[in-house]
Amino acid sequence: MEYFLELFFGGLTRGSIYALIALGYTMVYGIIELINFAHGEIYMIGAFTGLIVAGVLTALGFPEASTLVIALMCAVIWAAAYGYTVEKVAYKPLRGAQRLSPLISAIGMSIFLQNYVMLSQTSDFLPFPELIPQFGFMERFGSTMSSSEMVIVVSTILVCIGLTLFIKFTKLGKAMRATAQNRKMAMLVGINVDMVISATFVIGSSLAAVGGVLIASHIGQINYFIGFIAGIKAFTAAVLGGIGSIPGAMLGALVLGLTEAFATGYVSSDYEDVFAFCLLVLILIFRPAGIMGKEKTQKV
Amino acid sequence: MVQFFLTAGCDSVGHAVRKSLLAAAWFVFLTFPLMVIKVNTIENTVVWRWENMGYVAVSIFLGSFVWRWLLARKELKEDNANEETSAEKLLTKVQSHPVLKYSALAVVALLAGLYPQVFDLYQTNIMISCLVYIVLGLGLNIVVGLAGLLDLGYVAFYAVGAYAYALCNMHWDIGFWYMLPVGGVLGTILGVMLGFPVLRLRGDYLAIVTLGFGEIIRLILENWGDVTMGPSGISNIDRPALFGVKLGITDSTIYMYYIMIGLLVFTIFCVNRLQNSRIGRAWLALREDEIACQAMGIDKVKTKLLAFALGASWAGMAGVVFAAKTTFINPASFTFWESAIILSIVVIGGMGSIRGVIAGAIILILVPEYLRDFAEFRMLLFGAIMVLVMVFRPQGLISAKRKIYKYNDTNTAGAANE
Repeated sequence: MEYFLELFFGGLTRGSIYALIALGYTMVYGIIELINFAHGEIYMIGAFTGLIVAGVLTALGFPEASTLVIALMCAVIWAAAYGYTVEKVAYKPLRGAQRLSPLISAIGMSIFLQNYVMLSQTSDFLPFPELIPQFGFMERFGSTMSSSEMVIVVSTILVCIGLTLFIKFTKLGKAMRATAQNRKMAMLVGINVDMVISATFVIGSSLAAVGGVLIASHIGQINYFIGFIAGIKAFTAAVLGGIGSIPGAMLGALVLGLTEAFATGYVSSDYEDVFAFCLLVLILIFRPAGIMGKEKTQKV
Repeated sequence: MVQFFLTAGCDSVGHAVRKSLLAAAWFVFLTFPLMVIKVNTIENTVVWRWENMGYVAVSIFLGSFVWRWLLARKELKEDNANEETSAEKLLTKVQSHPVLKYSALAVVALLAGLYPQVFDLYQTNIMISCLVYIVLGLGLNIVVGLAGLLDLGYVAFYAVGAYAYALCNMHWDIGFWYMLPVGGVLGTILGVMLGFPVLRLRGDYLAIVTLGFGEIIRLILENWGDVTMGPSGISNIDRPALFGVKLGITDSTIYMYYIMIGLLVFTIFCVNRLQNSRIGRAWLALREDEIACQAMGIDKVKTKLLAFALGASWAGMAGVVFAAKTTFINPASFTFWESAIILSIVVIGGMGSIRGVIAGAIILILVPEYLRDFAEFRMLLFGAIMVLVMVFRPQGLISAKRKIYKYNDTNTAGAANE
């Protein structure tokens, strides 16, 4: 039972991180129908920025708790800036081009960003300082759930609630929903579509950066390559939930995280990534619209 | 000209300079943590590299002029997008004169034939790997360029061919020449097996599924140690034998080179014939508009499957050649990067164009070989070039041309394509 709970909370943590990344995928796809391949790289850049800022602050002798908050904020700011710039450079000039063009441009951007981080920082694994404080009251749970796992799950839940409220009740959220439904019509009623698209990239990138810093602090090391696998898995989660749907991405991420945790715990840990990919292939074949998505018929 | 370059997309030179300064400032901010700071979290030390900030500022300031100029030029050209570049004009000119065409072909054939006699072993080896990439590029070109299916797991078929030869050679001592067609057939079978369920998906889903499939194959190769020898790979694979005679390392490299030339000529012949056939036209039509295509009575699934399977069969054969050439393979040779390199060859060279793919492979594989000092920047440049090509020249270096039949008074067919 204890093993089961350990796996369950481990899966919940994974699922939370996938959810934070998957939201960016699903929001961008909902608005411009593009798989933003570079999104995983934004997550990785968020984690790296967090590491760098934390390193500088620790060297200056800041206390642990404020280091976490400042590192998180800086990571969010820079990841958002990268998301914004990537959209302006690689996707905006291609609006209205053939369907494959922005996708290939996104793959190129992803390769570029990975190598940019590798060359400007390092190609080795970097140890990430343990920023999330250890709470005394978590000790009674022993190995089933650690403090950092709790922090990750709770902050993800808060972020998801915040995002849902934002999309539902603010003016910008309304504009985003309108743009997702019909871009031309949104333009006609006076919505600045370019601004909405930029805002979507900024929000998605910020969420990914939060996930990047939290999970890096939990695992304790990062590498320039982490964005690739995390990105594909988060995309799987988004597809599983129904791409374009925000609650779907959260649900899909949870399902994927738990599936992976139990599969690696009870079956084999060698094939950890294979489970996610098989799940992806199976969903796309049998239910391409995902759990919460709606089937769309292609119009001429 | 200079005036246009300086003020492209702006009101005046002053406006342009302000814009560029702004861009430089933005990128200095953007790259500040990653380019300037380097931390060591174990010893708690920080290294500041302020000089990088200057490099970023200067290069972005100058680069933004080029960027705006290219954007403005693209907008000007929007109306006559099919305008040829000077290189393409030259190629068309050469092709339309039979004398020029055959003499050019003869020169190319002579150069290719004499290459290993003139250059040393090292150069020949580099050329062989370039030829392997050309064949891979042409195979992927069928899938991506002609049929418009974005396949990001192409390397999986390549891996299957390579491992098939390596394993059969290790266990049963089966020779290269038997395995070459078998590798192709295995690639085809795998292509059909993967293609059958996933080809119903829309373009971007297909990309991600093939990417996942490529990773699955690599992970299996890495983890199924009993069969594939795991991450340590398989070594001592036989080089191809000439009529049962085993050759020394020099002779067999030269032999390998001629085998690759033969395979390349065969590939070019097949792709060229395919592209102008009924199937090839169906692929192009599918790429342009699926629904219209179905309305015209083309079997969508069958046509796509054929493209997928044919593309995969070349990857399988190239895999066999790769295993025989390097005599050692391990899963690290078949990562996503390999797929990305092959894809960038096709994209940068020109999707759907045979000459484009050849030019792309020569540029992307040979140039980095001779610029060893910049080897680490190779993937960085590939990524950047992929984005730039998509933004400014989506048709690639040498664009594909559709065969146009012109009917005129002398009753001769007009300019043919490749």
